Amino acid sequence: MLQISLIIIVFLLLIIPTGNYLYHIATGQHTFADPFFDKIDKYIYKLSGIRKEDMSWKKYALSMLMTNAVMTMVGYFVLRIQSIPLLNPNGISSMESFLSFNTIISFITNTNLQHYSGESHLSYLGQIVVIIFMMFTSAATGFSVAMAFIRGLSGKVTSLGNFYVDLTRIITRVLLPFSIVGALLLVSQGVPQNFTQNMTIQTIEGTYQDIAMGPVASLEIIKHLGTNGGGFFGANSTTPFENPNIITNMIEILAMMLLPGSIVIAFGQMVNNRRKEKGKEKAPWVGRQARPLIIVMLSLFFIGLSVCLWAEKAGNPILESIGLNQNMGSMEGKENRFGIEQSALFTTVTTAFTTGSINNMHDTLTPIGGAVPLVNMMLNVVFGGKGVGLMNMVLYGILAVFICGLMIGRTPEYLGKKIEGREMKLTALGIIIHPLIILSFSALAVATSGGVEGITNPGFHGLTQVVYEFSSSAANNGSGFEGLADNTNFWNITTGLAMFFGRYLTIVIQLAIASSLMMKRQVNESIGTLKTDTGTFTVALFMVIMIIAALTFFPVVVLGPIAEQLTLWK
Amino acid sequence: MNQTEKKTLIDKKILLSAIKGSFIKLNPKYMMKNPVIFVVEIGFFITLLLSFVPDLFGSVNTNTRTYNIIVTFILFITVLFANFAESVAEGRGKAQAESLKKTQKDMKARIIKENKLEEMVSANQLKKGDLVLVKSGELIPTDGEVIEGIASVDESAITGESAPVVKESGGDFASVTGGTTVVSDWLKIRVTSNPGESFLDKMISLVEGASRKKTPNEIALNTLLVSLTIIFLIVIVTLYPLASYVGVKLEISTLIALTVCLIPTTIGGLLSAIGIAGMDRVTRFNVIAMSGKAVEACGDVDTMILDKTGTITYGNRMAAEFSPVKGVSEVELIEKAVLSSIQDDTPEGKSIVDLGIKQTGKHFSENLQTIFIEFTAQTRMSGIDIENGTKIRKGASDAIIEYVQLMGGYIPKDLEEIVRNISSLGGTPLVVSENRTILGVIYLKDTIKPGLVERFARLREIGIKTIMCTGDNPLTAATIAQEAGVDSFIAQCKPEDKIKVIKDEQAEGKVVAMTGDGTNDAPALAQADVGIAMNSGTSAAKEAANMIDLDSDPTKILDVVEIGKQLLITRGSLTTFSIANDVAKYFAIIPAMFMNVIPQLGALNIMALSTSYSAILSALIFNALIIPLLIPLAMRGVKYKPQRSEKMLIHNMLIYGLGGMIVPFIGIKMIDLIIAPILIIIGL
Repeated sequence: MLQISLIIIVFLLLIIPTGNYLYHIATGQHTFADPFFDKIDKYIYKLSGIRKEDMSWKKYALSMLMTNAVMTMVGYFVLRIQSIPLLNPNGISSMESFLSFNTIISFITNTNLQHYSGESHLSYLGQIVVIIFMMFTSAATGFSVAMAFIRGLSGKVTSLGNFYVDLTRIITRVLLPFSIVGALLLVSQGVPQNFTQNMTIQTIEGTYQDIAMGPVASLEIIKHLGTNGGGFFGANSTTPFENPNIITNMIEILAMMLLPGSIVIAFGQMVNNRRKEKGKEKAPWVGRQARPLIIVMLSLFFIGLSVCLWAEKAGNPILESIGLNQNMGSMEGKENRFGIEQSALFTTVTTAFTTGSINNMHDTLTPIGGAVPLVNMMLNVVFGGKGVGLMNMVLYGILAVFICGLMIGRTPEYLGKKIEGREMKLTALGIIIHPLIILSFSALAVATSGGVEGITNPGFHGLTQVVYEFSSSAANNGSGFEGLADNTNFWNITTGLAMFFGRYLTIVIQLAIASSLMMKRQVNESIGTLKTDTGTFTVALFMVIMIIAALTFFPVVVLGPIAEQLTLWK
Repeated sequence: MNQTEKKTLIDKKILLSAIKGSFIKLNPKYMMKNPVIFVVEIGFFITLLLSFVPDLFGSVNTNTRTYNIIVTFILFITVLFANFAESVAEGRGKAQAESLKKTQKDMKARIIKENKLEEMVSANQLKKGDLVLVKSGELIPTDGEVIEGIASVDESAITGESAPVVKESGGDFASVTGGTTVVSDWLKIRVTSNPGESFLDKMISLVEGASRKKTPNEIALNTLLVSLTIIFLIVIVTLYPLASYVGVKLEISTLIALTVCLIPTTIGGLLSAIGIAGMDRVTRFNVIAMSGKAVEACGDVDTMILDKTGTITYGNRMAAEFSPVKGVSEVELIEKAVLSSIQDDTPEGKSIVDLGIKQTGKHFSENLQTIFIEFTAQTRMSGIDIENGTKIRKGASDAIIEYVQLMGGYIPKDLEEIVRNISSLGGTPLVVSENRTILGVIYLKDTIKPGLVERFARLREIGIKTIMCTGDNPLTAATIAQEAGVDSFIAQCKPEDKIKVIKDEQAEGKVVAMTGDGTNDAPALAQADVGIAMNSGTSAAKEAANMIDLDSDPTKILDVVEIGKQLLITRGSLTTFSIANDVAKYFAIIPAMFMNVIPQLGALNIMALSTSYSAILSALIFNALIIPLLIPLAMRGVKYKPQRSEKMLIHNMLIYGLGGMIVPFIGIKMIDLIIAPILIIIGL
C-alpha cells in the first residue's frame, strides 16, 4: 500500500508542472527551453518545408491522416524487408504479410497489440525504424490532436492550429527529452541498450539459455511515456530485461501516467485562461473546468484499482482446494518480484492510461480482477492514452451538460458554447463507435469458426478473451488477455480493422466537434448558467458515464467475468 | 382560457378523441417520426408474427406462444400509451381550434365601397385597406384598425376574457381582431390583413399544432434519444451470438422485451406531448407563441428590457398636482394645461383635464380654432397651436427647456427645484409652457404594480438582468428603478436606444427579451430573441414579435420566461428519469435471461423476482405503465421555483435521477408480486 500511495502522490506532484509545460507548448508560449529547441525546430521546419499556417479542422485531420498513411507504408515496407543484413545480428526473417498488416496498424494507431514476439519476429532494424519510430510519432499524433481539440474548446482561438508544427514540437520538446532521461534511468537499473547478438550462456543448472539483447531501454521508455505498450520482448514488462526491479516498475508506471494526466491539467489551464480577467490572478494548479474531469477519472481509477486488488488478494478457491496456500493472493501468472500490489497497480494503470504493456499475465487474473482492465478499456475515459481519455471524457461531459442543462431550464451549453443538434450528432457518433466496434467484432468472432478456433479456454473465460482482445484494439490499448491464439488471418484482420476505426474515426469526429464549438458564438455566463466546475456536475458526469458507458457493456461483462467469478466462488 | 379558472387536464371529449387519436397514430408512416416508439412498434410486429408462428427462428418450448402473445400485448399497449400522450396534449388545442374555425366560417362583412355604398361580402374576400362597417351584435370580420366610431367589443372568442373592451380610433384601443363581437354601437374599420393571414388564421394553425416544427433543442434531444436507441440495439443484436457462445439460447421476444425496456421509451413517448403542452401552457396564459423556438428561448433569457410604463408601473399616470413657477397663478397654469390636453386622448391628457375641472370647478371653452400637436418620442412634448399664434406645450422638462431656450425664452429659477422634487418622489414632472414662458409643472403620479419588487428579486436569483426603459429624465428613472428593484435603467429612452441596448447585450452573448406595442418598437421586437407584442398594439409590432399577449399585460413576460424554463426542465427531468430507469431494468432482465442456463447468475437477481418470465414481463409492464403515469407531469410541467442553478440541479437530480433509479426497483417488484401467481395459473 505504501508503494501505491507513493506512486499516486508522485503522480499528482508531477502532472502539475508537466501539465503547465504542455500548456505552454500547446499555446506557443515562452518556456525556459525555447532558446535550445527553437533552433532545432526551425531547422526541421526548413528541411521539411513546413509553413506554420493555421489549418481548418478538415485540413488538420487530413494532414494527420496523410502523414500517418505515409508512415504506415514505409513501416510496412521495412517489416517486409527486415531480413536484410542491416542491424540484424540474429538473422531474423521478414514478417509475413497479414501479420505485418496487423503490426503496422497496431503501431501507427498507438495500440501496440502484438500478434508477434519481438525476440523472434523483429530485427533490430525493425525494432528501431518501425517500432520505436512509430512509438514516437503515434504518441505525438495523439497529443497533437488532443491539443487541437482543446484549442477548439478553449474559445480563445479561431483555428485548431497546424498539425505539422504540433507534431514536431511534441516530439522535440516533450517526448525526446523526457525519453532520454527515462532511458538513462532504466539503463542505470540494468535494462540493456546495445546492438549485440543474442548471447547463449550456460546456466547454473548446466543447461543452455539464449539471452536476448538489443536496444531495449530506448524502446522501453517511449513505450510507456507515449502510452504505446508494445514490448521489446514477447513477454513485455514481465521480463527482467524490460523491467528488472521495483524501481523500474515504478518508473514505468509513472512514465505511462505522466502525460495523460498532464494533458488534463493543460486542458484546465487552456480553458481557464479565457476566464482569467485582468491577468492579475495566477492560473490555478488545476483549472476549474478540469476539476470534475480529473475527479471522475481518479474516482474510476481508484474504484478499478481497489476491485482489482481485492479480487487478486482473495486468491483462487480452486487452487486452494488442491492445497495451494492462497494467503499471498492469486500469484498465478504474476512475478514474485512485483507481488499482488505492484501487479494490480500496473494492470489498472496500463489499461486506464491505455498503454497496454503488462507486468503480469492478464489472462491469469481472477475473473473480477481481469474485469477491471477490461472495463477500463470499455470506458476509455480513465485518463486514457495521449489525451484520448480526456477527449472521450469531454464527449460525456457534453452529454452530461445536455441533460443537466435542461434540468435547470436552459438550453445546454458547455464552456460557453451552445450544444445543439450538430454537436449532439457528432458526440453521439463518437460515443457509439466504441461499443459498436467491440460488440460487433466480438459477436462476429464467436459466431464464426475463424474466431472460435483462436479461443483456447472455451466458456465464460473464452468470451472474456475475445471481448478483451477487441476492447484492447478499439481503445488502442494493445494489452492482450493472451491465451488467445491470435496470429491467424481472422484475428490479424479483424483486430487490425478494429484498431484502425477505433483510432481514426474517433479522432476525426472529435476534431469536428472541437471545430464546431470553436465557430460558435460565446454565450454569456450568469448565475443562471449551468456550472460545469462544481461537485454536482462531477456527480452527474460520473453517473452519465456509469449509465451510458458501463450499462452498454453490462450484459457482456455479466456473461464473461461475472459469470466466471460466480461459478468460481459458488 | 381564463388563467384563474382551474381546468382539469382532461375532459371527456378530449379523452375520447385522444383514444381515437392513439389508434390512428399507429400508422407506421406516422410512427416513423418518433424513432424510439417506432422501434417498439417494429418489435410489436415481430412478436405478433412469433405469436402466430412461434418456431419461426428455430424450435421453441411449449410456453413460448403464450409468452409471445403477452409480450405482443404489452408492446401494443406501450405504443398506444405513447400515442395517447401526444393525442391528449393535442386535444385541447384541437378543441379550441374547432370553435375558432366555427367562428371563422360564414363570417360576413359589410364593406364600404369607394362610392360610399355598403355591400355584404364574405369575410374571406376582404383585402388589406378595405373599409368595413360593423354594427352592434355583429362579428368583426378580420383584423383591422378603427378609424371611426366608438364601441364596446367582446373579445372572449380570442382572449377568453368576458368583460367587453372599448374600442375607438387613435391611441391604444384602435386595433381590433377578427372573430370578436361588437356588443354596442358601431365601428368603421380599415382592414389590416389579407385573407389567410389574419390573427385568427394564425391562431387556429398554432393551437391546432399544424405549424408545429421541432425546436432546435428538441432536435438535439431527439438525436440523443436515437443514439441511445442505436447503442442499445447494438447491445441486443450482438448479445444473441455472444450468449449463444456460452450456451444461452435467448428467445427473440425476450431480446425485444429487453430492447424496449432499455431504449428511452418513456421520454420518447412523452417528448412531443411535453412540447405541445408547453405551448398550450403559454396559450392558457393568453399569449400566442408564433413558434416553439420562441418559448424555448425564453428559458435562456439573460436580459429583459422592460418599459417602465405599463410594465413596471400602471401606464396611466395621473395628474396629481399643478405647481406653478413663481409669478404664475395656479389658475393660469391649470387653464393652459387643460387647454393643451383637451384634444389629447392619452390617459395622462385626460387626467389633466379631469383634475383641472375638479380643482377649478369651471369648464373650459372648446370653441377655439386649434391644431393639436401630438406627442412623439423625438420631441417628447405635445400641445396645441392656437389660431392667434399662441403655442402651448407640455412635455418632459428638458425638452420644454430646450424648446423655450430655442425661442429665446427665460427659464424660471425655481423650475429646476420643482422638477427635482417631483422626480425624487418618483413622479413625472410635465412642464407647461406658453410660447416662450414657462408656466409651471404638472405632477404626474406613477405607481409600481404590486408584487413586482419580489418578482425582480426572483429574477435576479435566477440570473436574469432587468433593464427599465423610460422616457423620463434620469432622476425620475432612478427613483422608479430603485423602488422597483430593476438592475439598470435607461432614461430618456428613444426607440433606437432600445435597439442599441439589445444589440449590446446580444454582442455579449446574452439572450434578450422585451415587450412592446408601438410601431416604433417593431425593430427592437424583431431584434430581440424573445419579443412579446401587446394585442392592443399596432399590427407592425405584432408582425415583428414572436409572441403576442392577448391580454396586453406587459408584466406577463415574466410568466412566459418561467414557462419556457419549465418546459426545458420538464424535458430534462423526464429524460433523466427515463435513462435512470435502465439500471433497475437491467437488474430485472439480465439475470432473468441467463438464470435458467447459468444458475449462478441468480445472485444478480437482487429484487428476488419470482421467475424469468415474470421478471421480464414485470419490467416490460412497468415500462409501459410509467408512460400514462407521467402524462399529467408532462402536461403540467415539473414544479418550477426560481432558485440558484446549482440548487435546482441538485433538487432535480435527486428527484428524477436518484428517484428514477429507485422507483423502478419498487415498481417492478410490486408488479412481479401481482403477476407471478397469474403466470403460474396460465402455466408460464
